[in-house]
Amino acid sequence: MLRLTDVKKSFIEPDGTPLSILDVPRFEVPAGQQMVLVGRSGCGKTTLLHVIAGISRPDEGSVEVNGCDLVRLPEAGRDRFRADNIGYVFQTFNLLPGFSALENVLLGMTFSRGRADAARAVALLTRVGLGHRLTHKPAMLSVGEQQRVAVARALANRPKLLLADEPTANVDSRNQQHIIELIRQTCAEENVALVLVTHTPEVADQFERVERLEEFNRAVAAA
Amino acid sequence: MSLWKIAWRSMQQRALATSLTGVSMALGVALVVCVLVIHSVVERFFVNRDRGYDMIVGATKGGRLQLVLNTVYHLSQPVENLPYSFYKEFLNDGEHPGKYAKYVDVAVPFCLGDSYQDFRVVGTTPEMFEVWEPFQKYEFAEGRNFDHDNYFEGVIGAVVARATGLKVGDTFQPTHGVEGTEGAHKHDAFTVVGILKPTGTPNDRALFINMEGFYLLAGHAKDEPEGASDHEHDASHGHDEHDEHHAEHGDHDEHDDKEHATSEHGDEHEHDDVGQPFQADKRQAKSLTYDKHDHDEEGMPGHDEGHEHADHEHEDHADHEEHEHGEHGHEHEHAHTPLPESQREITAILVRCHFAASKSLLTKINEGVEAQAVLPDLEVRTLLDMIVGNLRLLLLTMSVLIVIVAGIGIMVSIYNSMSDRRRDIAVMRALGARRATVFSVILLESILVSLGGGAAGWVLGHLLLVVASPFILLYTGFAVSGLQFSWLELSLIGGLILLASVVGYLPALAAYRTDVAKALSAAP
Repeated sequence: MLRLTDVKKSFIEPDGTPLSILDVPRFEVPAGQQMVLVGRSGCGKTTLLHVIAGISRPDEGSVEVNGCDLVRLPEAGRDRFRADNIGYVFQTFNLLPGFSALENVLLGMTFSRGRADAARAVALLTRVGLGHRLTHKPAMLSVGEQQRVAVARALANRPKLLLADEPTANVDSRNQQHIIELIRQTCAEENVALVLVTHTPEVADQFERVERLEEFNRAVAAA
Repeated sequence: MSLWKIAWRSMQQRALATSLTGVSMALGVALVVCVLVIHSVVERFFVNRDRGYDMIVGATKGGRLQLVLNTVYHLSQPVENLPYSFYKEFLNDGEHPGKYAKYVDVAVPFCLGDSYQDFRVVGTTPEMFEVWEPFQKYEFAEGRNFDHDNYFEGVIGAVVARATGLKVGDTFQPTHGVEGTEGAHKHDAFTVVGILKPTGTPNDRALFINMEGFYLLAGHAKDEPEGASDHEHDASHGHDEHDEHHAEHGDHDEHDDKEHATSEHGDEHEHDDVGQPFQADKRQAKSLTYDKHDHDEEGMPGHDEGHEHADHEHEDHADHEEHEHGEHGHEHEHAHTPLPESQREITAILVRCHFAASKSLLTKINEGVEAQAVLPDLEVRTLLDMIVGNLRLLLLTMSVLIVIVAGIGIMVSIYNSMSDRRRDIAVMRALGARRATVFSVILLESILVSLGGGAAGWVLGHLLLVVASPFILLYTGFAVSGLQFSWLELSLIGGLILLASVVGYLPALAAYRTDVAKALSAAP
């Protein structure tokens, strides 16, 4: 399902010297597998997720998602591929404030090949327990509710892969567990592979596969 | 979800900034709409091809444009007059048609030079309001047309009625010249017998009086040419103007000087065809039975200068015919002797030519030295192109500049919001939106604000015209309606979309260039 091969990514520091962030010889996630990625701050977890999502392009290597090498796609192609195949849950939810809960979910569908399916959006929001708050704007929702909307939005296009970047970092422990269960259940129901980044051991402990980025990212080891 | 809706939601999110920029756009567009509509009204006012006549004939002194301005638009000053005999050349007097009559359908005389308050007084014949259909139809809001035989009747335009408060039955005293200017003096009173419905033409701002009454006003009689008192005929015309024994035309040569001399002094005398071109004989027979009046001064046969109209003294009431003033039932207890033709002048002749005859007539008249003929449409088009067109261009340029400034306001507003919206844009990109998509969303937002403001401005502009139209009509005579539209208003749609695209380009480019990874990594 997901295979990274010899992926390297570096940034140019203000003084002009390159700073290597990622140097991953191999990283794979089979279809439907749910795994956790942990690592200290600054070890490149978010950068790795951006590369997998096609938001950032690696300097070298290949990123295959569902058999498609994203590195070979032009930017617009990566955008379209991301819309159709990859869901993304952000640490800070990143709901658009001007849109209702339902519209935020529909927004996720707008950029994919399929038509915006309002029935599915409603079903997803109902699935995450927000069927009664469809028209509420993010500001009218609690933090936990906002993250649940974000989960529904990430799953709206029936992705093959869900990337979750510390989805429980900003919620309390009760909501934390609820959200993790929600993500895992919905991914399981729709056979979606899950790569979840977290700093929280309680979260990581719930997964069978837990990878430490420092262990397979040679850039971190070199630093 | 459509991109329009995404753009709309973004606008809602910044409601205050969006509203303010929209209002500035609305004000700019309202100005443009006002300029366009008012100019189209002004243009229609000037280029009124439906006025019914296609030529104006006047004296050669003074320019062609001046002739059009003071005849059609009641502006400027009349400079010189034509002899009455020249006017008769346009009339078809049965056996003795004038030399231009074969070219002419209708010819209506205009005598200018008087005013009432700020409005011009025009001496003319009742045909002025009867013969121009189907091109120009005059209808009366109140009362009726003035009568040939009632010399001191008049009809007033709609604007005059509104501005002066004159009603049917009221009287007004024209002033010789323009009121408030040197040498201006008041004349005898005319009775308002009709108020015209608004026509949207300059005639709304004029008072029309019976030409016969006009001639009888002090100072309107041309000095009697030497010997003319005994020969009140126009040699150039080739036949007698009047003959005591021949009410009908036809006696060309036999002319009793003595009889004429007496006629000039007020005795019973029949005048042929005096100022009534269409129904002359019948009316002459009626009017010429009037007795001598006390109108001796300055050779004026009509009445004394400065006397009150209602106080005329008449030596012989036996032959005097009472004039009923139509529905008002007002009765004159006197009558007036028409001014002899030799003492008459006219300022202009409005002419409608036979089909395709205008060019020939124009050439014939302009070949002579006595008069000039002008085509008002041509002169007005020249005026519009030279002055009014440039004025419109100036006003339009200023208004468009205001719209452009409003457009720049939209650009600044959206561009300033980009730093706040960078994260939202990055989220959309992360959800799969392409660069072109977020570029389009920002552009659509600019277009929505521009078109929304433009639509509001369009409505506002027409509302302003609705509110202002009574004042515009009162002070300028232009009948502007909020429901009048200029086809150029349609170009506003394309213009606003173009402007919005231009001013939206910069913020859209900023959205296009948003670094998604960087924006997502930045603290919210």
